Amino acid sequence: MESAGMDWAAVQTVVWTLVKIMALVVPLMLGVAYLTYAERKVIGWMQVRIGPNRVGFQGLLQPIADAVKLMMKEIIIPAGANRGLFILGPILAIAPALAAWAVIPFTDTLVLANINAGLLYVMAITSMGVYGVIIAGWASNSKYAFLGAMRSAAQIVSYEIAMGFALVGVLMAAQSLNLIDIVQGQAGGLHQWYIWPLFPLFVVYLIAGVAETNRAPFDVAEGESEIVAGFHVEYSGMAFAVFFLAEYANMILIAALTTLMFLGGWLSPVGFLPDGIVWWLAKTGFVLFLFLWFRATFPRYRYDQIMRLGWKVFIPITIVWIVVVGGMMQTPYGYLFH
Amino acid sequence: MSYTTAIFYFFAAILVFAGLRVITARNPVHAALFLVLAFFTAAGLWMLLEAEFLAITLVLVYVGAVMVLFLFVVMMLDINLDKLREGFWNYAPLAGFVSVLLVIEMALILGSRHFGLDVMAAPAPHPADYSNTKELGRLIYTDYVYAFELAAVILLVAIVAAIALTLRRRKDSKYIDPAEQVKVKRNDRLRIVKMGAVKREVSGVRGEEKNP
Repeated sequence: MESAGMDWAAVQTVVWTLVKIMALVVPLMLGVAYLTYAERKVIGWMQVRIGPNRVGFQGLLQPIADAVKLMMKEIIIPAGANRGLFILGPILAIAPALAAWAVIPFTDTLVLANINAGLLYVMAITSMGVYGVIIAGWASNSKYAFLGAMRSAAQIVSYEIAMGFALVGVLMAAQSLNLIDIVQGQAGGLHQWYIWPLFPLFVVYLIAGVAETNRAPFDVAEGESEIVAGFHVEYSGMAFAVFFLAEYANMILIAALTTLMFLGGWLSPVGFLPDGIVWWLAKTGFVLFLFLWFRATFPRYRYDQIMRLGWKVFIPITIVWIVVVGGMMQTPYGYLFH
Repeated sequence: MSYTTAIFYFFAAILVFAGLRVITARNPVHAALFLVLAFFTAAGLWMLLEAEFLAITLVLVYVGAVMVLFLFVVMMLDINLDKLREGFWNYAPLAGFVSVLLVIEMALILGSRHFGLDVMAAPAPHPADYSNTKELGRLIYTDYVYAFELAAVILLVAIVAAIALTLRRRKDSKYIDPAEQVKVKRNDRLRIVKMGAVKREVSGVRGEEKNP
């Protein structure tokens, strides 16, 4: 096959896109590293401990030390494991966690791919994250890992429905699937943010987001005290670290999406201050703090309680509120829901 | 060969390979995972057709939900493939006949006579702000609203029927109503017994554990 037929412009586009992807992924990975540091510090303070303080000033180099340690460790593949799928598990966990970031806007111009069905794309890509967990659990050929995978599959499929319905409310209010349009629909100050008209959906989305990322108090897939470490019990070294990276990248993603859809993204809360990425970072950081706060506060849910909350509480709430929003839009008070 | 054509052949090759592996893989879990790959690649091809809503829905519904439950079941079952493959050659002639019939039917319809470029020209590419999702939604809720609602009701009936058929109340279930659970007071669970302090004679001091 001769290369002369290939468009030179297409090659340039691909290379330029790869450069942009690197510019997105590297800060994201740094963010993940320092989120683990923040988590240990914040939970440490909440439990009247100090947290990491040995490596570097105030322990600031701790995440780097952890990463180096994990890279040096051997990746052990259990004798009875399904070799190919065992390696594929972590890859399938991290790939969707990173791919979803392609459509996340940081300001109205700073976005890798501004596609018009951005919200749908995010939902579709994040729904694939569960494969990493299921495949890892099955390929490990371990009862604990398999139990973790089964729990995770049921949990993620259940909460995805509530999450999807919460997003339906957002797209009804914004009348667009484009994430930039959704943020711009909230322009005009704090009182215009969708958190107010869609408050029940905001709460459902946030809690379902915690469940989707398998974070405490919904971490039955890991459940250290019940099933050792769940789906990643057989993983070591970098293969384990990749699961870790995926979980934290997903956490930041959910926080970013909550910011974009309910908290006005990069928009400033008051008129006299300029909009900018600073607001995006501050709001996302706040939502991430909520994630850490939940973990330090709540005991783990029992499995049947998780299922009940997802199916019997969240889904009815979201359906009722979608009908309320749709109905109110037909009344003279519809402007309150835009 | 343009960039789009190259992508098409790349996706098509993966799709055909994955489709073949679904029926040739010995391990049912592998077969299910190849089906996931096939769905995902098909979604990529639909994206090339500018049908982004259908492509994303295919990933969202089939890859994200249906196949997860499918894998769930396949992983739990202990499927003996050798038993399933018994009598393969007995059924081979009938299966061959049916597949030849299917190929002929598809060739009759999908041949270049009806779908060639001279009959159906390639559609003009839409501008960047064209929303496939919006167009689809508009059609479903205006021109095809009755068909759409009918399909929805039929699905609802199927859901209710499936639940009604499998619903059974187990007698040994330990289910507790959470509304009852949260009403629990301390006195229902805990009884504090006051005991006077009793001094016990200690005959010998047992070795205390000392931390080094």
